[in-house]
Amino acid sequence: MSYDFESGNVSGSGQDDRELRELGEAIEECWDIAKKFGLDPFPTHFEIVPANIMYEFGAYGIPGRFSHWTHGKAYYRMKTQYDYGLSKIYELVINSNPSYAFLMEANVLWQNKMIIAHVLGHTDFFKNNAYFGHTNRQIVESASLHADRIRHYEQEHGTDAVEKFLDAVLSIEEHINPNIRIKSQAPAPKEDEVKKPYESPYADLWELEDRKTAQEREKEREKEKAIRKKYPPQPEKDIVRFLMLNSRELDDWQRDIMEMVHNEAIYFLPQRQTKIMNEGWASLWHQRIVRELDLSDGEFAEYAQLSSGVLSPNRRSINPYYVGVKIWEDIERRWDNPSDYERTVLKRPGGQGKQKLMEVREMDNDVSFLRNYLTKELVEDLDLYLYEKKDNQWVIVEKDWEKVRDGLVASMTNFGDPYIMVEDADYKQNRELYLKHYFEKTPLDVGYAEKTLQYIYSIWGRTVHLETLVDNKKVLFSYDGRNNTKRAVN
Amino acid sequence: MSEISRYGLYSVSKQDWSLHRKGPIDQQRHKEKIKEAIKKNLADIVSEENIILSDGKKTIKVPVRSLDEYRFRYDFNQQQGVGQGDGDSKVGDVIGQGQPQQGQGKGKEAGDQPGVDYYEAEVTLDELASYIFEDLGLPNLEEKKQAELESEAVRFTDIRKKGIMANLDKKRTILENLKRNAAKGNPRFGDVKDDDLRFKTWEPEIKFQSNAVVFAMMDVSGSMGDFEKYIARSFYFWMVRFLRTKYTKVNIVFISHHTEAKEVTEDEFFNKGESGGTQVSSAYELALQIIKERYNPADWNIYPFHFSDGGNLPWDNDRCVDLVYKFIEVCNLFGYGEIRESHYSLMSTLMSAFSRIDNKKYVGVTISDKSEVYPALRKFFSTSDADKARV
Repeated sequence: MSYDFESGNVSGSGQDDRELRELGEAIEECWDIAKKFGLDPFPTHFEIVPANIMYEFGAYGIPGRFSHWTHGKAYYRMKTQYDYGLSKIYELVINSNPSYAFLMEANVLWQNKMIIAHVLGHTDFFKNNAYFGHTNRQIVESASLHADRIRHYEQEHGTDAVEKFLDAVLSIEEHINPNIRIKSQAPAPKEDEVKKPYESPYADLWELEDRKTAQEREKEREKEKAIRKKYPPQPEKDIVRFLMLNSRELDDWQRDIMEMVHNEAIYFLPQRQTKIMNEGWASLWHQRIVRELDLSDGEFAEYAQLSSGVLSPNRRSINPYYVGVKIWEDIERRWDNPSDYERTVLKRPGGQGKQKLMEVREMDNDVSFLRNYLTKELVEDLDLYLYEKKDNQWVIVEKDWEKVRDGLVASMTNFGDPYIMVEDADYKQNRELYLKHYFEKTPLDVGYAEKTLQYIYSIWGRTVHLETLVDNKKVLFSYDGRNNTKRAVN
Repeated sequence: MSEISRYGLYSVSKQDWSLHRKGPIDQQRHKEKIKEAIKKNLADIVSEENIILSDGKKTIKVPVRSLDEYRFRYDFNQQQGVGQGDGDSKVGDVIGQGQPQQGQGKGKEAGDQPGVDYYEAEVTLDELASYIFEDLGLPNLEEKKQAELESEAVRFTDIRKKGIMANLDKKRTILENLKRNAAKGNPRFGDVKDDDLRFKTWEPEIKFQSNAVVFAMMDVSGSMGDFEKYIARSFYFWMVRFLRTKYTKVNIVFISHHTEAKEVTEDEFFNKGESGGTQVSSAYELALQIIKERYNPADWNIYPFHFSDGGNLPWDNDRCVDLVYKFIEVCNLFGYGEIRESHYSLMSTLMSAFSRIDNKKYVGVTISDKSEVYPALRKFFSTSDADKARV
């Protein structure tokens, strides 16, 4: 059933007719207000779906994405939370062109109005933020092609084989390089540095005359070894891609699966990287658009209740909606009405609030957004803090605004995942894989790391090592196909 | 579905999603994974206290750890988090106990998922029992002469020329008719004679079922501590469940003993403790007497099992060995389980007396740990002789 905006005609049954017509009008109304505010969303298709479909799309991240038990697990968890009234998804929007937005069947009209307004904030952000510039805007089509291919591989190679392989690849899906379009500038070591000088077949005769001790000679050989051609020449951040291109154990279908998982992981990156900005932006505009709508007093009261529920603080994590919206409002205020200091020293004339908002929504990601615009006043006003575990209790340890801001930014380094690179793919000259964790502050979950090494082994086919710090000492975790081991290194 | 929208900028539709099943299908696969995980962890699950003591509860929760999605992640116990207070938070304020929920941060629109460290699966006891005993049966089951008619199924087994019209086999009748006409040089269907008619006939199918009786014997004397009782209890809990689900006609006789033995109800058997010394032979004698009175070995498969901590009056041991040989004469299998709290404690005098018994109908095990209940069950109920090497 569809609603034709030009004629206002709907084909379908009576009850649905009215619902669609009302929704069509609501979208139209919100759209016009959004345009008036200067938003520039992607064309957006709204689809009304029952709760189970909503939760399915929420769990899979993209409608029609490939089948895997982890998706089934997420679906079950989300659906259970909904069934028990613990949490509810109101809206789901896919970054694509046109964008797809899903509205829950059970929503009432005023809820849908708020959600439509919120969605337009997101689709504006998708279209205009630089970090989304290179995303695959046909992701829904791509994802369902991926799903088809994976289903085909399941038929060809068995469900178990495909599932096992997906388990392994998904365990490292975060370890990709978001800057995939930037070519490495660092020069590779020159060929002749690696080549040995010419030696005649009788050269060793000279060694008889040589005064060098055996020990010294051994040292020289070690040196030669050290300048052997290193592979990869530079440490490689994109572990998925590196294994896909370099493992000798993989069949074509496995490389194909890695490519697909890689593509989808790349697609999700900008969303992970702009969570606070994006949710804040959508919340800012849904508030402003709803204010312009003609809601009844009762509806407005209910709306306010819902909106404040979404925008409530959380003691153990940042609510991106709430913190985001506060920062956006603060930016607008400070560029519209600068303080004396901002006026005189920073030469900010005032009245540039809207312009500044649009500029920031284009240029920044969460890290730069927080670093540039999370001010002392905001940290104190929002009552943000750092906490950590002390004797089985979670305790507030820091309230100083700069440290809180830096802590928040640090937690987003590398999207909040440990930074791990491929250092050497020919470790011990035995094609063993040497990974290194670039340690920041927090140690790895050792149990998880050991299991993950097992997965990587199944892709690489030879012993896999991971260097990291445990209790401030360098430790090498290894898996050789049979046992997980751990030893101290220098 | 074609759709026109204003300026091509937005559109809205509602489709029929009732055939969409992807989520539930993958959820099903997840459930299967849980089952696999449960099967892998049976040794731990079998002796879970909340199962053994879950009197009557049909569904139990089993913690399953292996459904984690492993990846490189921070140890969140050592990680700093950022939170938000009501406006007056101070350094030193406690904001929670134990483990905080860990956000997964996979960039999905639905927001951060609470991380689950382990997944609690719900399974029914019957399901669990079916995993445990999947490939087990009653060992040395012999066909005894007194077969009981358990079910009367009807199976069509033959074709005859005479029968009732309701059982007419039309296909064969037509074939016969064609054959007869063809023989007369006129290959077509028609002119059906009585001689063409074919009828399906049936035979009643009688399933023969062997009868079995199990003697569950347990030491309830003062020397049996909580641990020993718990182990025996776990074992019999599953044994009873197994027998009652797998075979329809299994009698179970519960005998508890200290210096004297008596026949008790299932409830008394599991729930009552006694004190005093131990004379194992009393239980064996009582069991043999009951066999004599009620369970003629010609008609019954007999499986006595005895659990004890091995503490027995020393002069009673030889008598016990003699009685075990008597059991072996009339029984399919005699099982003895000795529960010791430590792997390192010495073999009891009773066990060492039993260890001289050289007969494949005797099976003895020692259990020193909760996780050994499962292997013990498998050993007792394994139907292949290869699995039944003596301890």
